[in-house]
Amino acid sequence: MTTSLISMLQDPNQKERNLFFKVITNPVGAFSAGMVVVFALLAVFARWLMPYDPTVSDYNAISLDPTPAHIMGTDDLGHDIFSRMILGTQFTLSGALLCVTIALLVGCTLGLLAGYFGGLWDSIGNWLSNILQALPGLVVLLAAAAVLGNNLYLAMSIYGFLLSPAFFRLMFVTVRGVRNELYVDAARVSGLSDFAIITRHVLGVVRAPIVIQSGIVASIAISIQSGLQFLGFGSTDTISWGSLLMDGFANIWNHPVRLIWPSVGLALLLVSIVLFATTLRDELERAGTRIRKSTKKSLVSHRRTEAAEAPIVHIENDRVGEEILSIKNLEIGYLQGQGNYKVVVHDANLSINKGEVVGLVGESGSGKTQTALALLGLLPQGGTILGGTIEFEGVDLATIKSKEFDKLRGRRISYIPQEPMSNLDPSFTIGSQMVEPLRVVMGLSKVEAKARALELLGMVGLPNPEKTFRSYPHEISGGQAQRVLIAKALSCGPDLIIADEPTTALDVTIQAEILDVLRNLQKRTGVAILLVTHNFGVVADLCDRVAVMQNGRVIESGGIYDIFDNAQHSYTRELLGAILDENGPAREAYELEVKAGN
Amino acid sequence: MLRFTLRRFGTGVALLFTICTLAYFLLYIDTNSIAAGILGASATKADIAHFNETHGLNLNFFESYWNWLTHALTGDFGAAWTFTDPVSTMIGQRLSVTLTLVVSSLVIVTIVSLTLGVLAAVYGGWIDRLVQVLGLIGFAIPNFLVAFALVAEFAVVHRWFNAVGWTPPSANFNDFLKSATLPIAAIAFTGLASLTQQIRGAVKDTLQNDYVRTLRTSGLSFRRVILKHVLRNSAGPALSVLGLQFVGMLGGIVIIEQIFSIPGLGSFSVQATGLKDIPAVMGVVTTMALIVITVNFTIDLLSAALNPKVRLA
Repeated sequence: MTTSLISMLQDPNQKERNLFFKVITNPVGAFSAGMVVVFALLAVFARWLMPYDPTVSDYNAISLDPTPAHIMGTDDLGHDIFSRMILGTQFTLSGALLCVTIALLVGCTLGLLAGYFGGLWDSIGNWLSNILQALPGLVVLLAAAAVLGNNLYLAMSIYGFLLSPAFFRLMFVTVRGVRNELYVDAARVSGLSDFAIITRHVLGVVRAPIVIQSGIVASIAISIQSGLQFLGFGSTDTISWGSLLMDGFANIWNHPVRLIWPSVGLALLLVSIVLFATTLRDELERAGTRIRKSTKKSLVSHRRTEAAEAPIVHIENDRVGEEILSIKNLEIGYLQGQGNYKVVVHDANLSINKGEVVGLVGESGSGKTQTALALLGLLPQGGTILGGTIEFEGVDLATIKSKEFDKLRGRRISYIPQEPMSNLDPSFTIGSQMVEPLRVVMGLSKVEAKARALELLGMVGLPNPEKTFRSYPHEISGGQAQRVLIAKALSCGPDLIIADEPTTALDVTIQAEILDVLRNLQKRTGVAILLVTHNFGVVADLCDRVAVMQNGRVIESGGIYDIFDNAQHSYTRELLGAILDENGPAREAYELEVKAGN
Repeated sequence: MLRFTLRRFGTGVALLFTICTLAYFLLYIDTNSIAAGILGASATKADIAHFNETHGLNLNFFESYWNWLTHALTGDFGAAWTFTDPVSTMIGQRLSVTLTLVVSSLVIVTIVSLTLGVLAAVYGGWIDRLVQVLGLIGFAIPNFLVAFALVAEFAVVHRWFNAVGWTPPSANFNDFLKSATLPIAAIAFTGLASLTQQIRGAVKDTLQNDYVRTLRTSGLSFRRVILKHVLRNSAGPALSVLGLQFVGMLGGIVIIEQIFSIPGLGSFSVQATGLKDIPAVMGVVTTMALIVITVNFTIDLLSAALNPKVRLA
């Protein structure tokens, strides 16, 4: 949305000139545009291009197969088929043009009115397009012909009306979107009339999509027009591709070649039009993404310039329990279009013991979520572990087979996501989503699984587990959804839970409740937790140890007290300072300590 | 769910009523020219008056519409002008043929496009490119051209299938296959191409959702997440396209039935309009609208059953 806003604020004409230029220089675009132009020229200059008069019968050349004199042969009345094909383009294209023009005028006008003024216009437009889409167009045209007579141009006009929803929808959606954009308000405040606003901004935005839609509508119109003529619709004297099709089909047994010419002509024209429209659409979409990509790249190069410092590791002598997870020299990268990798995590080291809660702290983009996803073997597409090891109880998760990893997830390592609402499947009840892993992973029976699910929902402090069990995700609150996800993460008795910002998306009061739930359950079950967060307050609340990440590197790690009392890295201090802003007294105490330390 | 069903049913009935009223109005608005058109240029005033009398065209619009509507509600579309059988009988005979064609195509389209669309979205690569090209061709090439190609290849060059005619499946299944395979393939091709692309898009969109990854973290296999969760969540957008496709198929079948000389609703509508048999045309329009609205109603119910949020809308 922001990109489109920015690009719209730039001169839309300039942008569009680039767009059409790109389509023409693309080989597919050039071919399709060229073909359409050739057909249009054939139609315009038909009179001079035809070798014979297509209406004059040559009784010495009846039903000929292709010969040098008649390169496409002749029909039963001795008409030259090549000349008829050329003349036929006139009728085919003019009918399509008529249809597109009417669809465009009706659809865009209604769409503009409905999108800009809403209310009654909105209802009328939407009702009309619903009715028009409830009947097959061909049947409507046939019915109309029964009353209004057998006139193809009239039929194409009616069909234009029937196809107008294609433009109505496009215009309606765009205008409604643009109307609410900031700069339109700005324009209104500065005293421009509605008309000026629409012509200046809205029309500039929809121009390219309208060209695309016109191509599509034209192709549909040409199909239906030929189809109608094939059904015997329209005057028999009209020379067009449709009438050639009819003649060809009537002679499919004795002169099948006659069916080929109009079929190939039609197919070539239609494919060219649709190809042009889709090339334009693809270029339009690419133009949108190109801007976004370039901003990302500049960030990367910025990161690369930063020198790698050696991480600060506070020595911890008081750690208990055996190590469950050990990350050594982990490097994660994303495959770029040019075949090289963009590295997002460099040389990360991290260790977790059984029953420990370890905080992985850093700002967004520091690589902490990437590290967490690598531990689950679920990096997004294009993401790969480039180096290092992730040892989990003797297995290297960096090189494990994906089938083996399936057996670890849920049962040994599980996950609590950041945004509770988007992490539950909206189409299934909470109960069914709770029960599924219990049955699939743990092999419980239906009854056992349900009982266990209800028990878990009770454990995470949901007041009415039965009710939540029956609910769909959209029927519960964000806090409840996060409790459900915690229950899910615990359900198969894992040894390690990876919690990715589990409280960030929640209200402050609910954050505290969720942290309580996590703390209690951790004590009860003794599960190890890797808590990914940007918030040192959360770390202070829950964690035994901390690792701080910045720009894809672990820059400092150690016991919670070492870090809070004796942070070495300036970035760690910055982060500590930021959270202490929130609670005044702690801030003062911290500053005193820092002064004392210095 | 009950409220949703009733509301959608009400909308459907209202839409059907609107279409019938509009169609009746447009078809019967100029009764004089109808009579003149049917009786030919030599018809006298008396002939026209007699024609209007016998066909109930001298009633005022509301009377005659009320007449038609009350009969139509009992399934009676009145007497045809040019056919000897009543309109309802004619339509009844042809409806089963058309429905056989459309439903078979719909089943084939659904199964094939579901498979191809999911594979293209999940695995990408050559199958994805194939789907894209297929989608483009299927969209651009009208189904009657596909039918020509099929007839030329499989009925004229190789005589594997019949080029014309129709045998109902109940009479002789082998002959039915011979007569129905090519028309069904022609109808299915267009729908297949665009539905596959739509399913591909819907599955790709669903795969972007956070919950897909989170489901994997609870130990479910990729296959299970795709087949159970991703498919169910992609069904809504795919179903609404299927509804539009169905309307397109019903229109395309008019030409297909004509090409293969199949005695269905489509070729009947061509006959009826050619003969300017207004009651027959009205019957066809009503039946088509009824079919489309019924199918869309069913699709709405299916979407609601699959996606709890739709029920709130």
